[in-house]
Amino acid sequence: MPNTVSIPPAAAPNPWAQRARHLLADYGIFVAFIALCSVLAVAEESFMTWGNWVNVLRQTSINGILAIGMTCVILTRGIDLSVGSLLAVSGIVAASFVTSGASNSLPLAVLAGLGVGLGLGMVNGLLVARLGLPSFVVTLGMLSVARGLTFIFNDGMPIANLTPAFRTIGQGVVLGVPVPVLILAATFLLFWFILNYTTFGRYVYAVGGNEKSARTSGVKTGWITFSVYAISGLLAGLAGIILAARTTSALPQAGVAYELDAIAAVVIGGTSLSGGVGSLTGTLIGALIIGVINNGLDLLGVSSYFQQVIKGVIIVAAVLLDVSRKKQG
Amino acid sequence: MHVIDKAGATNTATAEAAVSAACLISAQGVAKSFNGVPALRNGCLTLQSGSVHALCGGNGAGKSTFLNILMGILRRDAGAVQVRGAEVDFSSPAEALAAGISIITQELSPLPGMTVAENIFLGREPRHAGFVVDFKKLYQNAGELLQQLQFEIDPRAPMHRLSLAQTQLVEIAKAFSHHSQVVIMDEPTSAIGEREADILFAAIRRIAVRGTGVIYVSHRLSEIFSIADHYTVLRDGGFVENGRIADIDRRHLVRQIVGRELQIVGRTTSACTAPAPALLSVKALSRTGEFDGVSLDVAPGEVLGIYGLMGSGRSEFLNCIYGLTSPDAGEVRLSGEVLPTGQPGVSIRSGLSLVTEDRKASGLVLTSSVAMNISLSALPSLSRAGVIERRKERSLVQGLVERMRIKLATPQMAVAGLSGGNQQKVVLARCMATTPLCLLCDEPTRGIDEGAKREVYALLNAFTDNGGAVLLVSSEAPEVLEVSDRIAVFKKGSVVAIVDARSATQEELLHLAS
Repeated sequence: MPNTVSIPPAAAPNPWAQRARHLLADYGIFVAFIALCSVLAVAEESFMTWGNWVNVLRQTSINGILAIGMTCVILTRGIDLSVGSLLAVSGIVAASFVTSGASNSLPLAVLAGLGVGLGLGMVNGLLVARLGLPSFVVTLGMLSVARGLTFIFNDGMPIANLTPAFRTIGQGVVLGVPVPVLILAATFLLFWFILNYTTFGRYVYAVGGNEKSARTSGVKTGWITFSVYAISGLLAGLAGIILAARTTSALPQAGVAYELDAIAAVVIGGTSLSGGVGSLTGTLIGALIIGVINNGLDLLGVSSYFQQVIKGVIIVAAVLLDVSRKKQG
Repeated sequence: MHVIDKAGATNTATAEAAVSAACLISAQGVAKSFNGVPALRNGCLTLQSGSVHALCGGNGAGKSTFLNILMGILRRDAGAVQVRGAEVDFSSPAEALAAGISIITQELSPLPGMTVAENIFLGREPRHAGFVVDFKKLYQNAGELLQQLQFEIDPRAPMHRLSLAQTQLVEIAKAFSHHSQVVIMDEPTSAIGEREADILFAAIRRIAVRGTGVIYVSHRLSEIFSIADHYTVLRDGGFVENGRIADIDRRHLVRQIVGRELQIVGRTTSACTAPAPALLSVKALSRTGEFDGVSLDVAPGEVLGIYGLMGSGRSEFLNCIYGLTSPDAGEVRLSGEVLPTGQPGVSIRSGLSLVTEDRKASGLVLTSSVAMNISLSALPSLSRAGVIERRKERSLVQGLVERMRIKLATPQMAVAGLSGGNQQKVVLARCMATTPLCLLCDEPTRGIDEGAKREVYALLNAFTDNGGAVLLVSSEAPEVLEVSDRIAVFKKGSVVAIVDARSATQEELLHLAS
């Protein structure tokens, strides 16, 4: 290519400064997380104890699982507002199979809980992918429908007296680690693998980044869109089972506003609401940050009212960081 | 320039006086370069009051750059622009607007939820006490304005109810409400039908009678001859000639736009002219409102060019072959097998690939890396049970980056960080990654520089040398002539002619298409 030789190369910026900037851009959320933990460790000595961390992780597990599904949805440029309600309806349906009686069955309970979440998630997916309705509206509707179904299912009464075997899902401990934390870890690893190493994962990013281009490239965009809502519903069902098992009774009002914490975790984790950009690792750290804030502020004796204010500020600050980072290019 | 020379020699003095009295815009020697590449070298234009002035030129002639400078969207590097005799150098469209220049572009930007009147007076609404909109007066003013212009549009109608032509009329009314004495119209009829175009032309004549000067840009020569009274031709960024439409004929104008000295470079590779069995065969393909009963055959090793004006249905035709849309009738065969409709994924597996028209809107996933973009279509063949084999992927990407000579730091970099030419090569690489038999190219060189264009042509040649077939859509006649073996000319959704590229000329193509 003799005609390109004469073109001078673009001024190369200092590679080390650039690399440091990229590191900070890619792992900025991780740095923020470490900083937050350091501050809390200094301010409150009981923060950095094994027992407290087990506590943080256990509290994070529900939101973490919801946020994993939410990440898939947001990566495709959608949103799932129904996860809190799906969690409640799944929990109460699952619980109905494991009240201390003659005909209780643990596998059936788990399958029923997951099935309800998956099924309602598929309804979301159909409405968004097939009919092209905005995900915000569809899942807002589902938020209300599923909550209503939860109350209808047992006349608004909680389901208590759950079998010990079922309660193990929420309360059990294996090798010093609570079962919900193990479930979160397994779910995270599974979806981390799916998003990074499978064609499905690539297609999720491609659909969110540019749906037209993905379609031109042969991606069945409708199927991908449908799937992420099904996944989100399934994981909401899983979270519902865990929550019911942990609290020893399934409450119809469980999980109200949980979708907001899940969205917050995704956003703090750096996933772009305009789709195509983000990582599951970021989401996990986002969920941990929310968990640590709640826990740390509890330890410091900050009132729960203030906690909400602080959490809100952090969400906006995280997005601000993200936007200014993108402007720098 | 001989046309104006002849006129100027006889009655210079009187002409000069008349010109200076009614001259709205006078631009001389306007130049603009982008990154050292001149887009406009010598832009000249004289617009008189009450005149409809056609600005003519092929793609890349510098028309848009010139207009953007007149509108204050770009700043000129050199030259002089006078508006009503006063030297100007606009730094923003607002300044141009204040000086009485309005532009009506192909992409109109009305607020669909608002009424016609609200759109016309957006930001300038009559108010009570400074902040309460005086709706009564707003609708009254808009009604009077529309009536003056004889546009039959209800000022209270919501904008989204209006047709495209009506929307354009509202834009004209808006230009008028700004007391614009110059209205620039860039391809105003590219998206509207003939009857609506007539309404538009009537409106243009009416505002011209009232003393407004109109700069009219269109590729459709018949329109220029029916609406314009003066013309200016630009070619390759330079001024060619100007004069009165009444003094010239269509053939003359085409010759000036194309340039006589431009020699047609035929395709060097010899395609098999013997009637080989068609690789891609399209039979009576139709889709309502887009194209009708189109039949084409492309042989292995052949490039079939498709030439047509905007809105002739050529891109829609390509999208339908590929399966982005489903046809109402007809069939597509690849190597003799009927392709199922509406399934791009199946088309890719069967050996079709589409290089899309707009790499930003539909070609690339700009949020992803170069590597992810290149491998996207080929992922099914790079994976086992849905799990991507990264080593295979890396070697495929590396191979294509080298073959396409994509200049990049690493395949992991964001594709958004590449130059336009290299981005287009990434789109091509993605198409090549699935080892297609037949490539569908929709404006494969739009917006990339000459060097990158040559490389794309070379890649297409290499592809056909290996027995591939190419269907290439382009609105640039020289490109179609240079790259194709045969050319199908599209007009209003039908193929009007299939010509041999070696004997065809740009004049012929333009004649057939417009």
